[in-house]
Amino acid sequence: MENIYLAIVLAPLFGAIVAGLFGRQVGRVGAHTVTILGVAVSFLLSLWVFKAHVFDGAAIHNATVYTWMVSDGIRFEVGFLVDNLTAMMMLVVTFVSLMVHIYTVGYMHDDPGYQRFFAYISLFTFSMLMLVMANNFMQLFFGWEAVGLVSYLLIGFWFKRPTAIYANMKAFIVNRVGDFGFILGIGALLLYTGSLDYYEVFAEAEGISQATISILPGTEWSLLTVACILLFIGAMGKSAQVPLHVWLPDSMEGPTPISALIHAATMVTAGIFMVARMSPLFELSTVALSFVLIIGAITAFFMGLIGIVQNDIKRVVAYSTLSQLGYMTVALGASAYAAGVFHLMTHAFFKALLFLAAGSVIMAMHHEQDIRRMGGLRKYMPITYITALIGSLALIGFPGFSGFFSKDGIIEAVSLSTTPGASFAYVLVLAGVFVTAFYSFRMFFLVFHGEERFRHVEHHAHHDDEHADDHGDDHGHHGPVEPRESPWVVTLPLILLAIPSVLAGYVVGPMLFGDFFADAIYVAEANDVLARLGEGYTGVMGYIIHGIMMPPFWLAMAGLASAWFIYMRKPSIAAAAKTRFSWIYKVLDRKYGFDEFNAFVFAGGSVGLGRALWRFGDVFFIDGLLVNGSAKTVGFISKYARFSQTGYLYHYAFAMIIGLLVLLTVFVL
Amino acid sequence: MISLSHYLVLGAILFSLSIAGIFLNRKNVIILLMSIELMLLAVNMNFIAFSHFSGDLAGQVFVFFILTVAAAEAAIGLAILTLVFRNRQTINVQDLDEMKG
Repeated sequence: MENIYLAIVLAPLFGAIVAGLFGRQVGRVGAHTVTILGVAVSFLLSLWVFKAHVFDGAAIHNATVYTWMVSDGIRFEVGFLVDNLTAMMMLVVTFVSLMVHIYTVGYMHDDPGYQRFFAYISLFTFSMLMLVMANNFMQLFFGWEAVGLVSYLLIGFWFKRPTAIYANMKAFIVNRVGDFGFILGIGALLLYTGSLDYYEVFAEAEGISQATISILPGTEWSLLTVACILLFIGAMGKSAQVPLHVWLPDSMEGPTPISALIHAATMVTAGIFMVARMSPLFELSTVALSFVLIIGAITAFFMGLIGIVQNDIKRVVAYSTLSQLGYMTVALGASAYAAGVFHLMTHAFFKALLFLAAGSVIMAMHHEQDIRRMGGLRKYMPITYITALIGSLALIGFPGFSGFFSKDGIIEAVSLSTTPGASFAYVLVLAGVFVTAFYSFRMFFLVFHGEERFRHVEHHAHHDDEHADDHGDDHGHHGPVEPRESPWVVTLPLILLAIPSVLAGYVVGPMLFGDFFADAIYVAEANDVLARLGEGYTGVMGYIIHGIMMPPFWLAMAGLASAWFIYMRKPSIAAAAKTRFSWIYKVLDRKYGFDEFNAFVFAGGSVGLGRALWRFGDVFFIDGLLVNGSAKTVGFISKYARFSQTGYLYHYAFAMIIGLLVLLTVFVL
Repeated sequence: MISLSHYLVLGAILFSLSIAGIFLNRKNVIILLMSIELMLLAVNMNFIAFSHFSGDLAGQVFVFFILTVAAAEAAIGLAILTLVFRNRQTINVQDLDEMKG
C-alpha cells in the first residue's frame, strides 16, 4: 500500500518538476500532458485507495515513510495516515485538480506563462495531498505552508498587474498571522505531549485535559483550550474566517482555474479538514468549540451579505465561498464534524463547478467580469448555463442537489447543539440560507437571463482592450462581442463536476449518520448531535421530504424568488433599495471596513511603529548616540586635549623632565 | 682642599644650567644644541670626579667615548640645522611647531 500512497503524492510532484524546470524543452503540449497524466495517475490511485478503504474495509494505514531527524526524542517524520477521512479528501482533491488541469488547457490557451501555470497547479496538488495524508504535525505544517506558498505564486500569477501583486502579498501576510497561531498551537501540544504524531498526541489528550498554563501572570488557562484556539487561528487564516478572511476576495486576481481549485475547492478547506482531524482535541474543550461556532456563524452570514452587493462575477462566488466555509466551521463548532466534512466535499464539487462556469462566462465575454455588463447568455452558452444552474441549485440547497443534504445536515445539527452560542449560530445560518439563495440567483439571473447588456456597454469600459484584441482575433468584427460556447476542454470539466454536484449528496446516510468517519473523527457522547439527528433518519427520500418541510428550504425559495422578482421583473426595486438604504449599501460595499481597518491599524500601525523605531532606535539611538555620539565625544575631548600638544620642543622637554622627576620620586624614594 | 662634593656641585650646577637653557631658550636651535653639549659635559665632570677619587681609570675612559659621541652628535645636529635653515629660512625654535596638535 505504501508504494501506492507514495505514487499518489509524487506523481503530481513529478509533473510539476517537469513542467516547471523543463517547460521550455517539453513545450506547451508536453507540459500539460505530463501534469495531467501525473494528476490522473494520482486520481485513479486515489479512487482505488478509496475503494479499498471504504468498500473493502482496509485497515487504517498509519506508518512512517522517512525519518527526517530525531532531536531530543522528538521524531520529525514523513508519514501517511490513511483512513476514510483521508481517502475522501484525496479523492476530492485529485478529482477537482484533474478537472481544473483539463479546464486550464482551454482557459490559459493564450497565456505566455502556460507551462509555469501547470507546474504550479501540479505542485499545489502535491502539497495538498501531503497535507491531507500527513500522520504528524510536522508534515501537516509542511503541507500547510506549501499550499500557502503555491497560493501566493498563483494569485500573483499575472505578476505585471499591481493589483495581483497587492493581492498575493495580502494573502501571504494574512496567512502568516494564521500560521503563527497554528505553529504556536503545534508547539503547545508538542511541549505537553512530547510528540508530533497524531495518534500519540490524541492518546495523551485525555491526560492533559486538566493541564493549565498561565500565559498572563496570575491567570490559569486550560492548555487544550489554548492549543485548540491557536490551531483554529491557523484554520481561520487558511479557511478565511472572520477576521482573517480579507485575503480571499482579493485572491480573485489570480486566473480563474486556480480560484476554483485553491480558493474554493481545496486549499481553503484545509482548515476545516484540520479541525475535523483534530476532533479528539477539540472535543475536550467546550470553550474552543464555542469559539469555532461563533466565528463560523459570523462568517457564514455576514460574508454572504457582502456577496449581494458585489458586481464582479468572481467576487460574488468568492464571498459565497467565504459564507460556505462559515457553514462548515459552524458544523465543526457544533461537533458535527462529519457534517462539516460532508459539506466540504459537496462544496468542493459545486463551488469548483461554479467557478469554472464563471471562468467560461469570462472567456466568452472576453475577460469582462462585471455582471452588470452581461445578461441573456443562456442561449449562447447552453452547457455553461445548465451546469451553472446545477451549481447554483446545489449551492442554495435545493432538495435533491448535493448542497441540500450537507447544508441541511449542518443547520439541523446546530439547532440540536448545546454548545454555548449555538442558538446565535442557528439564527445566523438560517438567515444565511436566504442570503445565499438571493446572491446566487441574483448573479445567475444577471448573467444568463434578461437583456443582453453587453451589446450596449461594449464601447465604454473595455474599448481599448477590445480594439487591441479584435485585430488579432478571428472574429473579425468591431461591434459587441458575440458570446460563444467554450471549447470542449472547458465544458467537459463542467459536465464532469456537475455530476457529483448533484449526486454527492446521496451518500448522506453513511456519511453523516453511519460509521463512515467512525475511525477518523471522535465525538464526545454529550456533543454528538449527529447521532441524535440520525435517530430520525429513515433514508434519503425521508430526508428530502423532511427537508422540504423545514424553514431552510422555504428561506432558500424565498431568496430565489426575491432575486428573480427584483432583478428580472422590477430592476427598479434594486436601484430604489440602493438609494433608500444607502448606508447599509455603503457598509456592505466597504466590506464592513475590514480592509480599511487593517490598512489603518495594522498596516498603518506597522508603518508607524517602523517609523518610530527608525526615528528613535536607528536615527536617534544607534546613529545619534552610539555611532555619531562616540565620535562626537572623542572629537569634543580632543578639541581641548589638543592644546597640550603645542609642538614646541621646550614644552616636551619640560614634560619629560617633570615626568622623570616624578618617576624618580615614586621609584627611588 | 677641593673635595668630591665640590666637583659634584659643579656638575649639578652645569646640568641645571643646561636644562634651564633648553627650557628657557625660545629663539635659537644652536643654543639648544649647546645646552645638550653642556649637559653631557656636566655628566663628564661627574665621571672624572668619581674616577679620580676612587682611583679607577675606567671613568675617564668613558669620558673619552662620550666626548667622541658628543662630537659626532654635534656634527649631525649642525648638519640637520643647516638643512632646516635651508628649507625654512629660520632656526627660530618658536617657528618649528610642526607637531602642534
